[in-house]
Amino acid sequence: MKIQPQDATATPRLLEVADLTVKFALRKGTLPAVSGVSFNLGPGERLGLVGESGAGKSVTGFAILNLIAKPGFIESGQVLFEGRNLTALPEDKLREVRGDRISMIFQDPMMTLNPVLTVGTQMIETLKAHRDISDKQAEAIALEKLRKVYIPSPEKRLAQYPHEFSGGMRQRIVIAIALLTNPALIIADEPTTALDVTIQAEIMDLLLELCRTENMGLILITHDLAVVSQVTQKIAVMYAGRIIEMGLTQEIISNPLHPYTQGLIRALPQSGSGRGARLEQIPGIMPSLYNIPKGCAFNPRCPKKCAICSDETPALLSRGSGSLVACHCV
Amino acid sequence: MALLARLRESYLLHSFLRDPVAVGSFIVVVLLVTAGFLAPVLAPMNPYDPAQIDVMDSELAPAWIDQDSSFLLGTDSQGRDILSTILYGTRVSVLIGLGAVALQAALGIGIGLISGYAGGRVDAVLMRVADVQLSFSTYMVAIFLGAIFQATFGVGRYEQIAVPFLIAVIGLAEWPQYARTVRASVLAEKKKEYVEAARVIGLPSGRIMWRHILPNTMTPVMVISTVQVANAIMSEAALSFIGLGMPVTKPSLGSLIKSGFEYIFSGAWWITLFPGVVLVLLILTINLLGDWMRDFLNPKLYKS
Amino acid sequence: MQPAARFRSTHTSSNKKNPMFAFIVRRIAQAVMVMLVISVIGFAIKTAVGDPVRDLVGVAVSAEERARLSEELGLNDPLPVQWVRFLGGALQGDLGQSFFFKRPAMEVILRKAPATLELVLAASVIIVLVSIPVGIYAAVRPRAALSRLLMGGSVVGVSIPVFLTAIMLIYVFAIHLGWLPSYGRGETVRLTSWWETGLLTKDGLLHLVLPAISLSSVMLPLFIRLIRAEMKEVLEAEYMKYARAKGLRPWRILLVHGFKNTLLPVITVGGVQLGTMIAFTVLTETVFQWQGMGFIFLEAVERADTSLLVAYLVFVGFMFVVVNTAVDIIYGLVNPMVRITGRK
Repeated sequence: MKIQPQDATATPRLLEVADLTVKFALRKGTLPAVSGVSFNLGPGERLGLVGESGAGKSVTGFAILNLIAKPGFIESGQVLFEGRNLTALPEDKLREVRGDRISMIFQDPMMTLNPVLTVGTQMIETLKAHRDISDKQAEAIALEKLRKVYIPSPEKRLAQYPHEFSGGMRQRIVIAIALLTNPALIIADEPTTALDVTIQAEIMDLLLELCRTENMGLILITHDLAVVSQVTQKIAVMYAGRIIEMGLTQEIISNPLHPYTQGLIRALPQSGSGRGARLEQIPGIMPSLYNIPKGCAFNPRCPKKCAICSDETPALLSRGSGSLVACHCV
Repeated sequence: MALLARLRESYLLHSFLRDPVAVGSFIVVVLLVTAGFLAPVLAPMNPYDPAQIDVMDSELAPAWIDQDSSFLLGTDSQGRDILSTILYGTRVSVLIGLGAVALQAALGIGIGLISGYAGGRVDAVLMRVADVQLSFSTYMVAIFLGAIFQATFGVGRYEQIAVPFLIAVIGLAEWPQYARTVRASVLAEKKKEYVEAARVIGLPSGRIMWRHILPNTMTPVMVISTVQVANAIMSEAALSFIGLGMPVTKPSLGSLIKSGFEYIFSGAWWITLFPGVVLVLLILTINLLGDWMRDFLNPKLYKS
Repeated sequence: MQPAARFRSTHTSSNKKNPMFAFIVRRIAQAVMVMLVISVIGFAIKTAVGDPVRDLVGVAVSAEERARLSEELGLNDPLPVQWVRFLGGALQGDLGQSFFFKRPAMEVILRKAPATLELVLAASVIIVLVSIPVGIYAAVRPRAALSRLLMGGSVVGVSIPVFLTAIMLIYVFAIHLGWLPSYGRGETVRLTSWWETGLLTKDGLLHLVLPAISLSSVMLPLFIRLIRAEMKEVLEAEYMKYARAKGLRPWRILLVHGFKNTLLPVITVGGVQLGTMIAFTVLTETVFQWQGMGFIFLEAVERADTSLLVAYLVFVGFMFVVVNTAVDIIYGLVNPMVRITGRK
């Protein structure tokens, strides 16, 4: 069953994630990969989901589309998209949303694209899964999207295989696939991590431009604060499965409130600092999800901790400037 | 003794003892092999000694079916006691199995080392030969070698050298497995720095291959060795079954099954069944041990 | 898969065909090399063991007659000359005379070949029909009781020699239950001057059942495990997750995205295993008295009928080489990386 494309601006918010909790039921115990995560996204808005490896950002991204594989499961929470709760939808309805209204971009295009199928096949199949159109029409749309991502000679590309392209081109193809159905939202999970540094900027620029021109929402999942600062309008910083700070990008970058965020910002190499200045590190490492410290998960590494921090988990509360912070000591 | 102590502490023993299948298989294998090698002691009679066989005793049923028969598992068409023949036959099978694997390992490891280390033309040629031989399947090669030998030398002379012959045939048929495995390891090790270092010091190639690279290729060799023993035993049984293996006068499990097969229609099922059961048990338990060893030594498993 | 097929023909430029062409040429050249080696081996056996004079006129012949015939047959010529002659003859299908059958060896083999080929075909069909669904199922639902049973069964299956399986099957189904015949090919229909088929009569098919099952039992465990292992790896692959994220139907993901990737290594192994299967026909035919090539081969051994032996060697060798080369080429065509670059 193919649904008709909806008018994304009919509902006030594109995406509302409310109190999402995802756990993994492993032999050694149940891991709380994501705990009580909530955020909103308006149409065309770009949000950066930032954090170290293991913070739960990818899991959140997958959970939105209910793509968490066993032994993971969504324990509680809601994901409201265009007025529907995705966590409560049956699989066949979910399939209609995936790849159609919400597209995903993964990290390494060499692993994401199937090596034994042509680019054309992989593009056409996405279209035909969601639209009732002929092969010729699908081909035309595919070509149009390949042009949008600035791939030269698109007609030739459809018959080629993924390994015939360079890394940057492959990711462009993935982006083109994401655009095929004119989605309302793109979830990009570390889209540039597997690429060369010089290509990274190109791809991010492309993504930014497309989101603007096509009025698509973007959730950019990454550990790279520098990239986030240039592309997104809002940032949510995650640590050990929770959002510990959230707000406008400019605000968070220039005036971080949570000690962890401050540590992250300080750790960025500054072009202004003198030669020989050391890169600042946050001491310690993020706790394994088996051993999340009691109270605030960051407290063992926190320079500002006080007595209450190891007892009570701080709630995400608003602080004047418009940002939300989960910290007792702000 | 230090080795024993280390073994006791080791992860290998610990992991082994935890797996009931591995322990069970190991016990069965040890039992069968020991019984085989103790055959002269355990067997009620010596089936290879014509003086002890009375053809009037032929095709008697096992003692627990036919009260007249004094033979525990019955007798075959020549009057040989099945139990004794199974014991001696197991010994022959195991002997050939181990011997053949020793030969193919020696050959295969040697060729694999040279091929991997030398590279270039030598490598290409050797591996081509191995590939072609493998594509012919080792059974086919063994059958051909056996057939040619028999056709050339006739059946009479054959009996005396049956065991070494079978070891040679199966050994020659299966060396490519070892060669390819070892070569793959060698290629991986060659890139490592300790080889570079040894070469810089000026050690001769032979020494580098033997003392430095070889020990590091032992893991995959051990993994396939167990399975290869099972395969060798199965090959010998197959060859014996079609008449290219152990002669009728010195039966192994395979030839016993063969002679028993003719009598299955007349009802003397025990001649085929008991050797068959023992053969399958032997091969199965060795395979299970090999499986355990492969799982244990294979780092990929830790991913799951 | 329609769109891809459309694109393949119109969008490959001419210089992409060359690597594939070179690949095919290389494979065929290799095949020819191997056949030459086989011919040398065959010739060596023939010269060392065989006695063409005896093959022609029997043993009750005087010494002078033998000497004269030897000269006539060119048996005193230098070996390389004889080899070339042998090669020439082989290319025309003449591999000497079977001593026992008093007929050209090649003719004997060709008459018996259909029996073996039909057996191998039937066994292959069983293997394909059984191993693919079972392997996929065991990969997709690894913890199901059925999967564990099947995998356990396959370890046992690998440990039972083919002739024992055959004997057991005969005992249960032919002797005990009497459902199926226990030996021979049954009624056959003559298709050409040398092809007698058992596939066209009910009797023939009934006779085919047990031998085909026995033969397939050797390879079945291997293929099931192989397909399961490959499928498992494929299921973990990123592109499978991505296909899900695109909203494709599960069947399409499994069959189009997953299966094709599984097939590639299976084809390689499958091709090699065909060789083993032919070897096992010798064993199976013995048990079932199936009048195929393998059966004849063993008789030739017993009778020291060298020409027949050599003919069998060459014929089987030829089949192996053809099959392996074909499998290699098919693999090259199916695997896009080989097709484009011409290298594995």
